[in-house]
Amino acid sequence: MHLAFPLVTAALLFSAGVYGVLARRNAILVLMSVELMLNAVNLNLVAFDVHLRDRLHGGQVLTLFTIVIAAAEVGLGLAIVLLVFRNRRMIDVDRLRSLAESEPAKSEPAKSEPAEPSTAEREAVK
Amino acid sequence: MTGRDVVFALLGVVAVGAGLLVVTTRQLVHAALWLVVSFGALAGCYLVLTAEFVAWVQVLIYVGAVVVLLLFGIMLTRAPVGPSEGLDSGNRWAALAVAAGTAALLVTVLVMGFRWTRLNDARHCPPDASSCTAQANGSAEHLGASVFRTWVLPFEVLSVLLLAALVGAIVLSRTDLPTRKDR
Repeated sequence: MHLAFPLVTAALLFSAGVYGVLARRNAILVLMSVELMLNAVNLNLVAFDVHLRDRLHGGQVLTLFTIVIAAAEVGLGLAIVLLVFRNRRMIDVDRLRSLAESEPAKSEPAKSEPAEPSTAEREAVK
Repeated sequence: MTGRDVVFALLGVVAVGAGLLVVTTRQLVHAALWLVVSFGALAGCYLVLTAEFVAWVQVLIYVGAVVVLLLFGIMLTRAPVGPSEGLDSGNRWAALAVAAGTAALLVTVLVMGFRWTRLNDARHCPPDASSCTAQANGSAEHLGASVFRTWVLPFEVLSVLLLAALVGAIVLSRTDLPTRKDR
């Protein structure tokens, strides 16, 4: 079997993830695209581990670690997304502009957004 | 083209196609379900690559846990169930250009570098070297031995990271924490 098969598959999957992260508006879809990119990297790690016949199985063990970190990332990311939804009633990443540098032409839509009381207060408590 | 090549190519086409559908479909729930197809095909790819333990972990954690978590997120954010417009933002064409550029660059580099490289796995061990064959496969026994011998320190650090992520997620999602008004 050629090594190019898993490598090209991983490259295409990674590009699909890049497209999803950049083009999607819903925050949950962005998280899904990040998962696609992580899986592409995992496929590369496993392919090279098998190819190099690593005695310590570094690639496959690192793949397991990546899977665990991805699970933790999705858990925390979804918690943050749910908190944003509770405060703003929407999770569109291109409309969450309250941290953006206010440009002179585009400052009006940023100001018309609803204020964000509870997160700020929670930060102040900490 | 051997049988392995054909099976891997089919699984890879399924994985990439389902991945493309994840990032292009207009229905949020369908995106999560296509993610299941993509991850399942990737688990099949790991099986073809003789990494069976990683394949089962992929099925357990990604298909079993992560996708269910994402579906919970979709439900809790009251996403529309039917086809909905506006899932793509305005920079869609720029994103398409960047993704096509990434794909072209990565595929070109990888194909130029590894065009004639054959996968050098346990089947290519010399016939008298039994230790080579035994060490080269990714069964749970060998992988577990290397996790708990060589890589035990990162493994423990990772468990602390999981604990921190758990505590963080609980603190973020609790609503009954005291705010400044209550004091």
